[in-house]
Amino acid sequence: MNIDFSFLNWELIRAYVANGFIFSVQLTLIAMVGGIALGTLLALMRLSGKKALEVPATLYVDTLRSIPLVMVLMWFFLLIPFLIGRSIGAELSAIITFTLFEAAYFSEIMRAGIQSVSKGQVHAGYATGMSYRQTMQLVVLPQAFRNMLPVLLTQTIILFQDTSLVYAIGAYDLLKGFESVGRNFNRPVETTLLAAAVYFVICFSLSMLVKQLQRRIQIIR
Amino acid sequence: MAILGLDIFCRDTVDKELVANCLRSGGDTTYLHWLLTAWGTALALAALALVVALVLGVLIGILRTTPSRGLTAFGEVWTEFFRNIPLIVQLFVWYYVVPELIPPLKAVPAFVLAFLGLGFFTSARISEQIKAGINTLSRGQRYAGLAVGFTLPQTYRYVLLPMAFRIIIPPLTSESMNIVKNSSVAFAITVPELIMFARQAGEETSPGLMFGAATILYFISAFVINRFMKWVEVQVRVPGMIGGKS
Repeated sequence: MNIDFSFLNWELIRAYVANGFIFSVQLTLIAMVGGIALGTLLALMRLSGKKALEVPATLYVDTLRSIPLVMVLMWFFLLIPFLIGRSIGAELSAIITFTLFEAAYFSEIMRAGIQSVSKGQVHAGYATGMSYRQTMQLVVLPQAFRNMLPVLLTQTIILFQDTSLVYAIGAYDLLKGFESVGRNFNRPVETTLLAAAVYFVICFSLSMLVKQLQRRIQIIR
Repeated sequence: MAILGLDIFCRDTVDKELVANCLRSGGDTTYLHWLLTAWGTALALAALALVVALVLGVLIGILRTTPSRGLTAFGEVWTEFFRNIPLIVQLFVWYYVVPELIPPLKAVPAFVLAFLGLGFFTSARISEQIKAGINTLSRGQRYAGLAVGFTLPQTYRYVLLPMAFRIIIPPLTSESMNIVKNSSVAFAITVPELIMFARQAGEETSPGLMFGAATILYFISAFVINRFMKWVEVQVRVPGMIGGKS
């Protein structure tokens, strides 16, 4: 067995890994915010009771949920330059793909969240003279968000893990940072272990935080 | 066919000659043959990984519900470990690190490392479901088992597990669909599955056509598994339980 971490130093980490880490975090945050916004819209469409809105939303969600993310990443990387007439680079392509892809998953969560709010709340909204929009915006969605907050955050941790799949289109993320060090110094064993450790520490701490939050929310309720 | 460019699937992969028998396996292989082989690899990978995941996941899930503190802790550590590292990183660990620690594995093909990796990764999720399944049963069932003189293993074997398995079938449906989707990550450690096919064949010919072919096969796989598991669900549902409603 030949494992030796002595070649590593902070300089190296800063030079190779820091930018990748920043991109992974950016990608996660943008896809989370964009995905939840778009996902909420999709959920409202699916629950609208109007076929013209329901069918396209259902089709969108079901399609994206039955294709592997790697395949979707490759499709968008291939198609976006074709559609807009110029290439946009793997990083921007990844941001667009993740936002649209995660929206499908967030929409399922939001749909469950909206359905968890009792019908009486909706009737109460209408009874006080609120419009559909006002009822949703002021009564139903705030409660749906709060009920689903832990699940939305757990999905975001999964999203953060999934960002490592941008490997498929060559975007420079946290994993790619470690991989570059490994390749340049011919030390793939050490850098792979280090990458695993870093992802574990981040995801494990975040999931502990979510658990704590869940406990708190339960007490409020 | 020729207008759509679909004839490419009947051309061989070396000199792009049109071949009479599209599906032939001897001599130079056609793109269609390559595509179907890649699909087979993806499905075999998923199936073997599912077996590994079920065996380990059930075992770990049971450990997490036993009265023993040590066993419970072991199960918890296992689950957190395999749940909090991205799959692609885990596969890299199996590919680069594990053979370094266990030298005989250096001779093992990437396919084997891939299904072990995917299986261990998925075992953490299955163990969650098994644990949840056992915990849904009222504690009275466990006590009843012990009260009639069963040992703890017998209580699990004859009382808790038969119920827990039937309850967790619906979540297992989505898990077995996930495992097919997740098999796509194995391209990263050189396993020749559908993504690898789409990338390589796409580079040689038209990426749109090859991506399209791979995507359709993913759709078909997901659809077939979904139908099959729905059928299983109906067969095993427990009357009167929430899991029993179709």
